[in-house]
Amino acid sequence: MPDVKKLMYVNRRAPYGTIYAWESLEVVLVGAAFDQDVSLAFLDDGVYQLTRGQSTEGIGMKNFSAIYSALGDYEVTRIYVEKESLEERGLTLDDLQHLTWEDEDEDWAEKESIRLVDRAELADVMSNQDVMFNF
Amino acid sequence: MKFTIQVNEGPYQHQAADSAYNFVKAALEKGHDIFRVFFYHDGVNNGTRLTTPPQDDRHVVDRWSELARENEIDLVICVAAAQRRGIVDAGEAERNGKDATNIADGFRISGLGQLIEGAVQSDRLVVFGD
Repeated sequence: MPDVKKLMYVNRRAPYGTIYAWESLEVVLVGAAFDQDVSLAFLDDGVYQLTRGQSTEGIGMKNFSAIYSALGDYEVTRIYVEKESLEERGLTLDDLQHLTWEDEDEDWAEKESIRLVDRAELADVMSNQDVMFNF
Repeated sequence: MKFTIQVNEGPYQHQAADSAYNFVKAALEKGHDIFRVFFYHDGVNNGTRLTTPPQDDRHVVDRWSELARENEIDLVICVAAAQRRGIVDAGEAERNGKDATNIADGFRISGLGQLIEGAVQSDRLVVFGD
């Protein structure tokens, strides 16, 4: 294996209309075993994936939204959310789940996983990646 | 350059499978290496040998099989995506108690780790889909 690469998972679709969001999450969970430098990005309708209070009772699908809050345990500590995508949909950070991770180097201090970035900032982050997975 | 290719859409419904095939072919002709082609989401449907398109159309599945045979390309179908969509090889049939298989020549079923490994080992991961 070469040195650690920067892997970014880009999520652009709403959670249940198609299977992309769920199968993206499956890649993230499996990929965690590879000890790479992982981050996630949520933009466009992908921001809906992180909304709190999801209920799938009416559509008979598996509600996988709780898994996002476990991502910290998979060493996913950077979750970029695009500011414009939230605003265009009338959403704020308060509409999203509170996602955290525990920093082993600082006595397991709880830290925020979500980083709110604007389009230009996200473009910068993306340009620094080695691999982009698009879902 | 070494490429891993990800195909996210099924054949005929979507051009992604055609574009991926053409990309792989062109890359090989230019002397590049294809480390792996990984089929995910509905892309797993590229690997069923039961596909029967009209005779005056391209045969997307046979085309992949031929490409794999001629160039020893590793065509990998994601096991989790395949189980949902009914793509079955002998091992899967036995494990899940199915009465048939449908995997096409040159394809194999394996885990998502194969995608991550491909992305890490290759110079570029090129994704075909929406």
